[in-house]
Amino acid sequence: MTTPQERSVPKPVFTDAEAGAKTFPDSDSRRYNYFTPAKRKQSHYEDVTVEVQPDPRHYLSQGWLYGFSDGRGGYPLDWTVLKAWGSDRPEPERYPGSGGKGYDWPATGWHEFRDPNEEWELTFYRYNSNVVRQVNQNIDNARQSKAFEQWNQNWVKFVERNVGAWMHVDHGLGLYLYANANRRAPTNMHNNAISVNSMHRIRSAQDLALYNLTLTEEIPSFDGQAHLEAWNNDPQWQGVRETAEQLTATDDWCEAIFASNVIFEPLVGELFRSQLVQHAAPRNGDFVTPTIVGVAEYDFAERDLRYTRAMFELLTSDREFADHNKQIINGWLSTWTARSIAAARALQPIWSQPDSKPPRFEDGLDAVKSRFAALLSDLHLDVPKELGQ
Amino acid sequence: MSRQSVAKAHQKIQELSWEPQYHEPVSQYGTDYTFRKAQKKDPLKQVLRSYFPMQEEKDHRVYGAQDGAIRGNMFRQVQERWLEWQKLFLSIIPLPEISAARAMPLLFRTVPNPELHNGQAIQMIDEVRHSTIQQNLKRLYMNNYIDPAGFNNSLRNFQSDYCGTIGRQFAEGFITGDAITAASIYLTIVAETAFTNTLFVAMPAEAAANGDYLLPTVFHSVQSDESRHISNGYATLLMALSDESNHQLLERDLRYAWWNNHRVVDAAIGTFIEYGTKDRRKDRESYAEMWRRWIYDDYYRSYLVPLEKYGLVIPHDLIEEAWNQIWNKGYVHEVAQFFATGWLANYWRIDPMTDEDFEWFEYKYPGWYDKYGKWWENYNRLSTPNGHHPIVAENVDYVYPHRCWTCMVPCLVREDMTMAEVDGQWRTYCHKECQWTDETAFRPTYQGRETPNMGQLIGKREWETLYHGWNWADVVSDMGFVRDDGKTMTAQPHLDLDPKKMWTLDHLRRMPPVQSPNVLLNEWTPEQRDAFHADYIKQGPAGRPAPADD
Repeated sequence: MTTPQERSVPKPVFTDAEAGAKTFPDSDSRRYNYFTPAKRKQSHYEDVTVEVQPDPRHYLSQGWLYGFSDGRGGYPLDWTVLKAWGSDRPEPERYPGSGGKGYDWPATGWHEFRDPNEEWELTFYRYNSNVVRQVNQNIDNARQSKAFEQWNQNWVKFVERNVGAWMHVDHGLGLYLYANANRRAPTNMHNNAISVNSMHRIRSAQDLALYNLTLTEEIPSFDGQAHLEAWNNDPQWQGVRETAEQLTATDDWCEAIFASNVIFEPLVGELFRSQLVQHAAPRNGDFVTPTIVGVAEYDFAERDLRYTRAMFELLTSDREFADHNKQIINGWLSTWTARSIAAARALQPIWSQPDSKPPRFEDGLDAVKSRFAALLSDLHLDVPKELGQ
Repeated sequence: MSRQSVAKAHQKIQELSWEPQYHEPVSQYGTDYTFRKAQKKDPLKQVLRSYFPMQEEKDHRVYGAQDGAIRGNMFRQVQERWLEWQKLFLSIIPLPEISAARAMPLLFRTVPNPELHNGQAIQMIDEVRHSTIQQNLKRLYMNNYIDPAGFNNSLRNFQSDYCGTIGRQFAEGFITGDAITAASIYLTIVAETAFTNTLFVAMPAEAAANGDYLLPTVFHSVQSDESRHISNGYATLLMALSDESNHQLLERDLRYAWWNNHRVVDAAIGTFIEYGTKDRRKDRESYAEMWRRWIYDDYYRSYLVPLEKYGLVIPHDLIEEAWNQIWNKGYVHEVAQFFATGWLANYWRIDPMTDEDFEWFEYKYPGWYDKYGKWWENYNRLSTPNGHHPIVAENVDYVYPHRCWTCMVPCLVREDMTMAEVDGQWRTYCHKECQWTDETAFRPTYQGRETPNMGQLIGKREWETLYHGWNWADVVSDMGFVRDDGKTMTAQPHLDLDPKKMWTLDHLRRMPPVQSPNVLLNEWTPEQRDAFHADYIKQGPAGRPAPADD
């Protein structure tokens, strides 16, 4: 009879290393104590986000260790011209015997920003998984119920060209404005919120592209390449395209986020999505497209604009630099409002393309202008005269 | 995923990219590499429609396991020796992760392949996932493990501590300097492809052996994203290789990245796995054995060597030298000994080694006891306060080492230490390769070629200098490594939580002041420096003083 060989496995050991097993200094200090929470109690979001990206103004005693070729490392504050209180304080000097302490938390106003959406990985994947599930179900359901057969030919053309063209705006800004900006801001709270914004746009672009693929498969006359022609050559879309390209060419990260989320999206994005597609589609027998475009609208209106508003409210009411910031932002408002209104007006001819017409272009433009003005008021900013163009 | 196949969907989303007609996107990062517009395919074929539900499903498993661990009282079986080292590891790792997210935009303008940008954007958000899921794991440890000190002030600690500074290279190297050097070669080709195997696979296995199954749960979930990131790096590397003029830079960057990763990651992970475990089964793999399997065989022989046929110059000598350091020169043991020597400047507790540990080390690393055994016996003897100083200020045949200017790990393999006057300052290096990195690689010219985009080593790279002349109690207090009674130290050289056995700031007041080795080096005459160097390279192993001349 052979004796079975004992397997080599680690043996469980009772260690009693659980919280509360003993009392000693710090035994009940069970919260991250290196930052001050925005509210009375620190949130889960703050715990997983705050201070992961260091700042030599408070705890980074040895400073940044790797720099670009000009010798600057980390996240220079002058990557935007806006300032938060404390921005002008010099970084603490370190030298033999200096010690390592910096300024008390938060050292600058930049660290006061919290994403009101409280996005971290758990919330982010839940939200976006729900979105793609919902979008898929809507499209599958439409396919099964032969919903696309109800579309009239002009609406087919409208969707293949115009709804298709918008995917390029989402994709271009998602990658080259938002994802790009996630390297630029001085705190983890800013950069994480911006990276989530980026993924909303990239996902939305893909939602539209894959919807386009489905329509190509389901509607015999649907031209799946027409969106390229519209984006590259349609005069109506060239204003949007030029403005989108200008946005990606913006060096200052605050300007890029502000111009895109506070000006371009309300004046052009919402005009196209809410005032045109959402209104026109049902009248033309299409109940599917609004559910896909509506998801992107929700991303923007309820989440991306929400963090943007919180980010810029802090800067326009900053205890040290509010006037400085408002003066600069007013300049941005002037420039980007003019560009956005011009892009919006260039789109006007597409309002007349569907058989059943949506509300008038001017009414839609008035609606978004009105919303834009209210947004500026919330941010303590003046409405630029260019809005009247 | 709906009826559409992944391949078809992926092909469709390629229609999204467009060339600018009116304004070029902003170009904020430079590279000395050049890329032909060779159309390399995105190897990931990842579409967000399937990506999000996949990640959500992985999250369900992670968070389900976390609930189970708490309900099942996992912490009654967790080894404190192990969890203490997680105070260091989990303070470091969220920053490299988030830095990898921040690194992706460095590649957008420098790698002209829109198809790859999709994969890079997904990598960006993967890294946000990793950073926050790891912060969350640390929070769970803080809430449920017996000693929250060190977890509770984790990020302040990490940013003030010399070990944290060593680890921070593993983040800052991703986001600065030449865009390709940083975000492609250092990050994806070396750090992710080679060293995440030891970080995220080998180490979690050791955690499980120490009663902690949450580290494997979280980090295997993280590692399942890494294969996609490795593909990003591989595609970029193949593009770079197609241009002959890049070969010189690739050779430079592979040497730097390989050596720095070895110095930093092997120091930390080697210590966690060898000195943080209570699992002393003789048939469990040592770090050296894991390294041979995961890095030498899987990375070097299976991944790097086949790239030679595309013209990549592989640093064979440095791979063999890293192995030589680990196997023959006791690199990991020297580092662990130094971490324990400097326990008082840390924020976790370091358990003394026992006879069982000694036996295992001797079995796995023959000759270990003769080199390190006596010192660890002294560590044990001096671990509770009893009228003596912490071990760093006691005579235990250990010479406090100088610090390597480049990798910032001390110069522990004494015979390899080199010294040079660079940028008007005398600096010590742990190895000639680290000297090369500072003197030759991180410069605006390389082998006569202009490299204007190469980064710089900056910062106060020697921690002791900031506290030159300070009393140790003030140093620890300044760094914030003190518990909530205002005097008991966060760090301890043992695991006994009886307050009477714990060191306090009062115990440190009697110690001699901190002396910065680098400040002293620069104060000496040339003759003194030469004598110092001659003596230093005769020291060791285990930090022993140089033998007296006959």
